[in-house]
Amino acid sequence: MITLSCPWCGPRNVTEFAYGGESGARPDPATATPQPWRRYLYTNANPAGPVTETWLHRAGCRRYLVVERDTTTNEILAIRRPGGAPSTSARHATTGRATEQRP
Amino acid sequence: MAGAGRGHGNGATNGRSPRYSAWDLARRGLTGEAWPPAWRKHELRPSYDVVIIGGGVHGLATAHYLAANHGITDVAVLDKGYIGGGGSGRNTAILRSNYLTPEGIAFYDRSLELYRGLAADLNFNVMFSQRGHMTLAHNDASLRTMRWRAEVNKLVGVDSEVIDPDEVAKLVPRMDVSSEARYPILGALWHPPGGIIRHDAVVWGYARGADSRGVQIHQNTEVLGIDVVAGRVTGVQTSRGAVSAPIVVNCTAGWSSLISDMAGVEMPVHTFPLQAAVTEPVQPFLDPVVVSGTLHVYVSQTDRGELVFGASVDPFASYSTRGSLEFIEGLAGHVLQLMPSLHNLRLLRQWAGLCDMTPDYSPIMGPTPVEGFYVDVGWGTYGFKAGPVSGEQMAACIATGATPELIAPFALSRFAAGELVGEKGAAAVGH
Repeated sequence: MITLSCPWCGPRNVTEFAYGGESGARPDPATATPQPWRRYLYTNANPAGPVTETWLHRAGCRRYLVVERDTTTNEILAIRRPGGAPSTSARHATTGRATEQRP
Repeated sequence: MAGAGRGHGNGATNGRSPRYSAWDLARRGLTGEAWPPAWRKHELRPSYDVVIIGGGVHGLATAHYLAANHGITDVAVLDKGYIGGGGSGRNTAILRSNYLTPEGIAFYDRSLELYRGLAADLNFNVMFSQRGHMTLAHNDASLRTMRWRAEVNKLVGVDSEVIDPDEVAKLVPRMDVSSEARYPILGALWHPPGGIIRHDAVVWGYARGADSRGVQIHQNTEVLGIDVVAGRVTGVQTSRGAVSAPIVVNCTAGWSSLISDMAGVEMPVHTFPLQAAVTEPVQPFLDPVVVSGTLHVYVSQTDRGELVFGASVDPFASYSTRGSLEFIEGLAGHVLQLMPSLHNLRLLRQWAGLCDMTPDYSPIMGPTPVEGFYVDVGWGTYGFKAGPVSGEQMAACIATGATPELIAPFALSRFAAGELVGEKGAAAVGH
């Protein structure tokens, strides 16, 4: 059983999370032509080894998280909040989630 | 092209596999004469006309049809492990052609046609049992999709019909068709030509057929790099040395994007494990193949009496083939919802294979932007049933240099062009 440590909720079973795929920069929808847009939609690195990806804590806080994982062993290398996310205390103040559940 | 009879064998094998017959079986049984190997070992030559990467059913079928249909015998099939050790030996051996799009149906129906004649073509018993394939509908949306599939199937000439729960109960007496079930069965898509086959025998049969025509099969030969000069493929680097070849074909499954990366060709592929499991053998009671998309499970009983279970791919991309407890727990619960009387049956083993999933659940076949580099990949969870037709069409594509009509919809360029062939409605779980 794989455990993911949610940056907001702490260690949880992987079945609580939804896999969102590899993280990548999205082209600007206002200016992108179909070619780079389709490339962004369909093409990915699919590496055998470390990869940075997006997950959603679907059955928990329903927030997105960034997971670094080795795809050959499923070892979790790092987990963090998406860039620019508010601090833990601010988030907890709005959701009322117990702070002792933080990793 | 030259190739057959160059005499590069390693001495362990001095003859081709004989034609198998009842007479030969009786003769060798009485005299104790040994059977020669069905395919031979060879030294790796420095050059071939065609190098095929991946010794599964797709790679070996491509090699076989290159030699048998087009006389191209200077072919090497390279596999980093043993032949049939990947998806070809890990699938649940289910064959069917009741897909959703006319392109998909025409393609898989040709495959089923080739499978029907395969034992005679290859002189190898592949144990194809056309016992029927049933896809259950547990809600109105599924039933609508079944009707859609049945009508498109009939239009293309494939035998499919929607049946009601009473008919389901007649075909599978142990099924719980009561309205009290957690997911009541509202009907099913019934596809009589579907069935199961012995997947190892298909791999071995194609290996023997290709070998007897001069194709060299190299096991334990890993491809480490692909040489590309000025947009043209010139050969491959392997763990046993360099090989030059004007044509290189990627017939791998879970590793297909890694192999294509070596040639600098980007693939819209995600690699997901797909798990399956098998029970202890019991007396025959289940004739058709039973699939439930809602419950993410498919069940068939082998000739040995074991029940084979499969599911949808794991919930996240990975190259790991370790089995997981969540899978077995979910699977057991779903199977018991369909057939509660199986509650004290024990599982013998579980395993996983790697599937290269594409965004539209259709394969990627044909030429690539690198001249001479062909792909037959993106086969996701449905590659085994398409083995013969893929081999036949890829061989034609390579031999003639023109993409056959049957595989034209599956070109790599469709993603950039936005012309996807959406088969998710029929391929996602419904094996």
